[in-house]
Amino acid sequence: MSGHVVPKKLYILVFAALIVFTGLTTGVAFVNLGKWNTVVALAIAVSKASLVALFFMHLRWSSGLLRMVVLAAVMWFAILVVLTLSDEFTRQWTPVPSSWEAQVQQNVR
Amino acid sequence: MHSNAALAEQFDDLPQQHEASSLGMWLFLATEVMFFGGLFTAYIIFRNFYLPAFEAGSRLLDVRIGAFNTAVLLCSSLTMALAVRAAQMGKKRLLIAFLLLTLLLGLTFVGVKLAFEWRHDYLEGLMPGINWTFDGPDARHLELFFCFYFFLTGVHALHMVIGVGVLAVLILMAARGRFSPLRYNAVEMSGLYWHFVDIVWIFLFPLLYLIGGRY
Repeated sequence: MSGHVVPKKLYILVFAALIVFTGLTTGVAFVNLGKWNTVVALAIAVSKASLVALFFMHLRWSSGLLRMVVLAAVMWFAILVVLTLSDEFTRQWTPVPSSWEAQVQQNVR
Repeated sequence: MHSNAALAEQFDDLPQQHEASSLGMWLFLATEVMFFGGLFTAYIIFRNFYLPAFEAGSRLLDVRIGAFNTAVLLCSSLTMALAVRAAQMGKKRLLIAFLLLTLLLGLTFVGVKLAFEWRHDYLEGLMPGINWTFDGPDARHLELFFCFYFFLTGVHALHMVIGVGVLAVLILMAARGRFSPLRYNAVEMSGLYWHFVDIVWIFLFPLLYLIGGRY
């Protein structure tokens, strides 16, 4: 038993894709796409991370149990970010109660 | 009674032993996701609060060095993957060569970070708490960006240094003939750690250097 031996060619192909993605994300950063700059940068980062996890970290050939652990890690991180941001982005939705005005004025940053 | 020395006695067979090692390592990496995740979340929130200052901070970083270091780290991931492959096939000299290459690339990354980036920031007065002389617009929030920058890249570099230490131990073990096609879990699990640190940088590079109006 020596696990799954991945062909050398596949590793080099994945590496080439990672380098191309790095060039692409660096190049796109110099083009004004408005808020899409952030979306593109993160989409490329997620693609690169997936390539590393699937091929270099052998997740493509791993058991369901290991994939579940990875999925759980991603889910917990998503909960952390989404719940925190949901507070941040919805703060402005309701007006500040008039009785709080004085307090808010004092704490304004 | 097991005749196979590669198998620890608490396991039924080698696949089970391999699965147990992998599960342990991935669980550790899941805790690492949460460790870096907290920092990433804080960075996202504060970037949202003080967007102009954080974008100005991004522009003060050298994107060429960042991209170069990304390439160095990706190379080291390739050599690490090839090291695991060499271990699986029992090629001892190839294994040592690839581990050594990975170690050198890791040191290159940390060296470039120290010598060209952190040193430069220090001399420019962009190191909060140690040498901070920036007095342009919104200096307080720019300082916050650099706090995040140094903490994120610092903690990442610390992981790299730990990884280099692990690689040094692996090289010694490999030289003493401790690995074989039946017994290479240590190499593979260290590889998982090394690739994870690579993934952290894959996200740090765009978040710190790229997004924020380079155009």
